[in-house]
Amino acid sequence: MNIQLHYTVSADDFTRAGEASGAVKAKLKQLGFRPDVIRKVAIAMYEGEINMVIHAGGGVADVDIEADRVVVVLTDQGPGIPDIEKAMQEGYSTASETVRNLGFGAGMGLPNIKKYTDDLIIDTEIGKGTRITMTVLV
Amino acid sequence: MTVNELKTALSLETLVEGDGTRDVTTGYCGDLLSWVMSRADAGCAWITVMGNINAVAVCALAEISCLILADNAVLDEAARARAESEELPILRSDRNIYELAVALSRLLPS
Ligand SMILES: Nc1ncnc2c1ncn2[C@@H]1O[C@H](COP(=O)(O)OP(=O)(O)OP(=O)(O)O)[C@@H](O)[C@H]1O
Ligand SMILES: [Mg+2]
Repeated sequence: MNIQLHYTVSADDFTRAGEASGAVKAKLKQLGFRPDVIRKVAIAMYEGEINMVIHAGGGVADVDIEADRVVVVLTDQGPGIPDIEKAMQEGYSTASETVRNLGFGAGMGLPNIKKYTDDLIIDTEIGKGTRITMTVLV
Repeated sequence: MTVNELKTALSLETLVEGDGTRDVTTGYCGDLLSWVMSRADAGCAWITVMGNINAVAVCALAEISCLILADNAVLDEAARARAESEELPILRSDRNIYELAVALSRLLPS
């Protein structure tokens, strides 16, 4: 099996946020993946998707589904992450007050992605953007 | 127990009917979405005051059985529409999060 999916995640669109991860979740279910694998991919991808919306003005998602792994690559042209070590800490967030009022900004998104994936690579350049590659093994 | 049984036992108001046959095995309390995705178990009833579309999205992604709004918190229209399409039951009570959690824990086997 080798299925490739592509989504555009639009900027500051909270009402649609979660659409890409929701669609991937449905696809994995249809393909008969294990529920725990689906849940891990769905949560990790949603966190990354929301981060692109909140922190980077949107981006794109590329998903590669194979029998033994699901790889999600999220690419944005946002401001980049100045200090990855800091950003990976539970509780660290630069989210605005508006975004916090919606329930985001706990500073738990990146730690969650780490928790729910088997491999996480963050490539980021200040002023250029960020690419997050996450892999969940089946 | 099922969502429908829980609804009756706790005398909750129904905001979105959804799939009431879902099983509830445990609970989770909190309002910050990433905490919920980190700590809530699949199959839980989530007690919160967060009635927006993002909360509904989290329920779907994290396999949460139902959303219970405490303190008569508001469910916004976009959230209601999304919950209907996801068949997510949304219930409400004038009791606070603590009171609801205590009542829920009396219903669930420990
Ligand atoms: N794609 C991104 N582009 C730029 N900065 C980012 C990106 N993703 C994360 N960050 C930075 O890393 C910080 C930590 O991210 P994380 O997802 O852990 O927390 P959060 O998004 O602030 O809150 P939460 O995810 O709990 O709602 C963010 O506050 C932001 O400063
Ligand atoms: Mg985040």
